[in-house]
Amino acid sequence: MADRLLTTSKAIAEAIAQEMERDENVFVMGEDIGAYGGIFGATEGLLTKFGPERVMDTPISEMGFIGTAVGAATEGMRPIAELMFIDFMGAGMDQIYNQMAKIHYMSGGNTKVPMVLMTAIGGSYSDAAQHSQCLYGLFAHTPGIKVVIPSSPYDAKGLMTQAIRDDSPVMFFFHKGGQGLGWMTPNPRATGHVPEEPYTIPFGQADIKREGSDLTILTVSLMVHRSLDAAEKLAEEGINAEVVDLRTLVPLDRETIVNSVKKTHRVLIVDEDYKSYGMSGELVAIVAEDALDYLDAPPKRLAVPDVPIPYSRPMEQYISPNADKIAAAARELVAG
Amino acid sequence: MALSQEALLDLYRMLVRIRTFEERVGEMYYEEKLPAFDIAAGPIPGEMHLYSGQEAVAAGVCAHLRPDDPVTSTHRPHGHLIAKGVDLKKIMAEIFGKKTGLCQGKGGHMHLFDPDLHFGCGGIIGGGIPHAVGAALAIKKRGQDRVAVSFFGDGAANIGAFHESVNLAALWKLPVVFVVEDNLYAISVPKAASTAVRSNAERGAAYGIPGVQVDGQDAVAVYEAAKEAVDRARRGEGPSLIEGLCYRYRGHFEGDAEGYLKEGEKASWKEKDPITILGNQLKEQGWLTDSDAEAIQAEMTSLVGEAETFARESAYPAPEEALEHVFA
Repeated sequence: MADRLLTTSKAIAEAIAQEMERDENVFVMGEDIGAYGGIFGATEGLLTKFGPERVMDTPISEMGFIGTAVGAATEGMRPIAELMFIDFMGAGMDQIYNQMAKIHYMSGGNTKVPMVLMTAIGGSYSDAAQHSQCLYGLFAHTPGIKVVIPSSPYDAKGLMTQAIRDDSPVMFFFHKGGQGLGWMTPNPRATGHVPEEPYTIPFGQADIKREGSDLTILTVSLMVHRSLDAAEKLAEEGINAEVVDLRTLVPLDRETIVNSVKKTHRVLIVDEDYKSYGMSGELVAIVAEDALDYLDAPPKRLAVPDVPIPYSRPMEQYISPNADKIAAAARELVAG
Repeated sequence: MALSQEALLDLYRMLVRIRTFEERVGEMYYEEKLPAFDIAAGPIPGEMHLYSGQEAVAAGVCAHLRPDDPVTSTHRPHGHLIAKGVDLKKIMAEIFGKKTGLCQGKGGHMHLFDPDLHFGCGGIIGGGIPHAVGAALAIKKRGQDRVAVSFFGDGAANIGAFHESVNLAALWKLPVVFVVEDNLYAISVPKAASTAVRSNAERGAAYGIPGVQVDGQDAVAVYEAAKEAVDRARRGEGPSLIEGLCYRYRGHFEGDAEGYLKEGEKASWKEKDPITILGNQLKEQGWLTDSDAEAIQAEMTSLVGEAETFARESAYPAPEEALEHVFA
């Protein structure tokens, strides 16, 4: 088997293609996912391979087509619906929040909704308030939805394959800056080794992307990349950061989180979602509940402040966590 | 179209079955809630939205459906459940919140799912309409001649999900029948105050699909319109819209003071009672006598009574079951 390099977007498209070959119940629907291949490349090549019956461009009707995916899933199909930007969730929110998430529970388990809702998240390329959000905190807060957030091509393929095979509704969040797209700011971490054969990565398994002993960085998505960049810098200063990529928020790998904090005694959470009432606060609570006595310093959070994301570059950069800020926070944590 | 004696009698029996069930639930609902109405009290707590008066629509449409034809419904689902053939005991036990209910007590009166009969419903206005489209999409992909039906009200015809769903179904030529039950009100707001067009049947034209309005109190009229729509869908000719003009006898919810009704309105609708109308049609043909009608009523009273006994005698789920079934 050749040792191939794929971008994250190609890894996602490959996972979907392999599952579509394996299972005729899998199909894809969404805006511009056909000939265009998805605005962020997640469905590239699928239309040519499988045709319009299984790779369906939809009208701009999020409530309609997400609900259609729900209905098809209850009839035993395994749809993958793409919500172009997570910011558009409002246009279909009832179908996500009250229908997709809750039908299995309300039915007492007699009706399954085995669908994947994949979506693009994240900013730092000046797309402003309505096109730069992450919002995974909102959906992790909704019982009934599995929340999957890959940071690498290898993880993206394995997690997407797992998501398609899962009988529960899965929201799959890929970062626009991590897809390896030719028109985004180049990102070396958006390309990586991806096995050609199908494989899965179980949910609820965090991945320690870099081992360390001086502090634990808990993070997801593009912030994994920035944390790794920061960790390289910190290593030159003699500070060894452990970077834990959570990969899935629901289910969450509490054990890896707690074990890491017990080892390093200091925790920094890096979150590109809004700071308050989200992932970062949840992780602080977990650390406080399960590892309080092991902490040598209060947990530290670096997140996007509670403001809509501004357009102008200096302002957007001001509110976004980056490698320098992560390194500075880590130094403060270790010094304090 | 002349319906056979058997078909008419089946319709009649279904009307009586639904009416009997709803009226009995309507009585039981008030147990332990009075004198000062406490919605949380009694064996059937929470909201209750009963279908009495609208039976002809559910019965007339579902008469054409097979067990594997999917149906989506609303916060007022009992008529559709019963007409689809869902077990009365399981419906009743679910309404009572018992472990033996259709959803093991997790759903209650507004959220009932029967996967064997492909039935689902929910309490969000317009929430189920896209599901019928999705079911129809699955049917078309599999090359089957099954049909999906979505029941919803005049209020729902104004929500975005309705418009998106009809457009999708028309665009993809899906085997789905959209049934608008126009009972004149969305809670207290009359259709004239909410809907820019005179009839929701006209809205079919906006999406290039047939739209017909029928007298929703006349089970035969509903039956005939539904037959055309269902057959059309089975032949692969795409979706249709049926608007049934009907009336709810018990308000939007149990406890509704109905102060918004016009004087004499309800009384005049009750003169067009679906059971009376169909009963008279049968009697004119010599296919139903008064004693036949009494016998049918007695049979349904007994069936509903059995369902009630089953529900009352069943156990509640263990409290910790609240934590189960989040994921498959």
